[in-house]
Amino acid sequence: MATAANLPPATAPEAEAVAGPALRTGKAAGIPRARKGRSNREARAKLSVPLTALMWIIAAVYALPLLWFLLSSFKPGSELFSYPLSMIPREWTFQGFVDAWERVDFARYFLNTATVAIVTTVLTVFFSASTGYALAKYNNAGTRLFFVCILATTMLPTEVILNPTFSVIRDLGLYNSLAGIIVPSVITATGVFMFRQFFLTVPDDLLHSARIDGAGELAIFFRIMLPLSRPILFTLAIFSFQWRWNDYIWPLIVLNDPKWYTLQVALRSIVGAENIDWAVLLGASVISIVPLVLVFSVFQKYVLNADVSAGLKD
Amino acid sequence: MANSTVTTAVAPGAPGAGAVRSSSQQKRRNRYVIAPLILVSVNVVLFLVFFVWPGALGLLYSFTDYRGVGKLNFIGLANFQKLFADSTFYAALSRTFLYTVLSVPLVYVCSLGVAALLVSKAVRGRTAAKIVIFLPWLISPIVVGVIWKWLFGQDFGFVNFVISSLGGNPLPWSSDGNLALAVVIFATAWGGTAFNMLLFIAALKNIPEALLEAAELDGANAWQRFRNVTLPGIAPTSFMVILLSTIHAMKEFAMIQALTNGGPGTENTLIVQYIYKTGFEQSKVGYASAASMVLMVVLLAIALIQLRFNRKKD
Repeated sequence: MATAANLPPATAPEAEAVAGPALRTGKAAGIPRARKGRSNREARAKLSVPLTALMWIIAAVYALPLLWFLLSSFKPGSELFSYPLSMIPREWTFQGFVDAWERVDFARYFLNTATVAIVTTVLTVFFSASTGYALAKYNNAGTRLFFVCILATTMLPTEVILNPTFSVIRDLGLYNSLAGIIVPSVITATGVFMFRQFFLTVPDDLLHSARIDGAGELAIFFRIMLPLSRPILFTLAIFSFQWRWNDYIWPLIVLNDPKWYTLQVALRSIVGAENIDWAVLLGASVISIVPLVLVFSVFQKYVLNADVSAGLKD
Repeated sequence: MANSTVTTAVAPGAPGAGAVRSSSQQKRRNRYVIAPLILVSVNVVLFLVFFVWPGALGLLYSFTDYRGVGKLNFIGLANFQKLFADSTFYAALSRTFLYTVLSVPLVYVCSLGVAALLVSKAVRGRTAAKIVIFLPWLISPIVVGVIWKWLFGQDFGFVNFVISSLGGNPLPWSSDGNLALAVVIFATAWGGTAFNMLLFIAALKNIPEALLEAAELDGANAWQRFRNVTLPGIAPTSFMVILLSTIHAMKEFAMIQALTNGGPGTENTLIVQYIYKTGFEQSKVGYASAASMVLMVVLLAIALIQLRFNRKKD
């Protein structure tokens, strides 16, 4: 009985998945192959040059702000404002980075930010997986209600309840500590949806046969389902790491003592100053991006090739 | 008579069989209730502590003149009355609407346009272009603010330098309210394209090629194909992107904090910034909470209108 109740949500997408390709091949078969290929190739060849040019002009427009910012950070302070400006530094220097590293207590901010980002990411991935799995594979009133609750959190972002959130943090004794940033950030609707969507596509048969073999419910999750979800696990890990590394609002309301500051709050204090020290600011900003770029360059396929819509569409 | 004997004859056996079944059912039900409960427990607690509690507290605060310390002193609807007569609140709210109305379509067009080019087989070097356009995703809102402040600096920026070298008059990017908002909107589109582009790429790849080819055989030109096949095909994703970008725009905070700090003056102070200023800098917690409640209602209304609109289209 209970197993039958578990079936519907999982079978529906499966049926779609089966029907989808069948539909597609059915339609494709209706069109003469050769003709299709030729007309396509011709059209493509004709359009290739202008479309490629357009694409790369757009890419250049997107790259320009970043390029100007990066190249400027290698200029000496005196050259930053000297007209005529030049895209390429006339004199290359690392002085901006050195100043930023010495003036701003970067080592500390790096350590704080990395601690927050890594610890939160591990917790987020784990608890999103377990929640997403429960929402996908146990269909009862409780899980259905909680799914709606999670959906509601996307409508009630922290930005909307700044003051009461601060009171809660203070009353819990989390004020001015890294734990105060980590704990509330563990729950994310996107993470839960991504895993729920993934586990909906895992056939229930797997679950049933594991049950017949006598595996406990939690053992099934830990030993079968969690390892299966590796791709989603990595995708969410990158997302979460980026969210936490770049987060501004939580550190802003939770932290007071500069010794716990994260990079974003520290950067904001430089850019919010009366007289902005651009040489330091540019250096500091570039340094703050480096770790994310490194992480991304290693794991980029989990972001760029991920079917991110899977978790969000729902 | 006969009937009743049959029932009485059967009746004694029934409870026994039922008891056996219900005890095994009971065991199974426990298994299927307790296991998901354990799996979702952490997120349920986090949801209650960091969404329900502050949400309720915010509602409570909005009826008091709480200033962050001391007892709650209820003043009824006074906060709301004052709020609806407060011209700075209206200014912030209408500026936020203007920003949203201008930035969301731009984000939508940019991400869809780029995605369409990136899935077109006629374009060369798509992987590289994708990475270039995706890079802004790695950059935090604060640093995006820094980058655009640097690019559009009134006296030192690259854009004004280019304008004046082409013989034009440098534009007052930071002292003119509307131009400052324009820079904020450009920065939003630049930073927001990457992620939405991924959503659109996934959606565009799911449109059966046969459908587009069939339309082509029927004599539809590129625009007609896009308008009548592609656009309806990606409607759910379009809905998602518009909803998420609208909510995102309504709660914009960090980027504008670094880019203009709501300037010039308070001309471009958006609603979350207004809440932050009144709630934290002036510690009028009750008043800020009332503004938060208004923002929450606005967000809910936006979500409901868009949901409704989406249903109707289907």
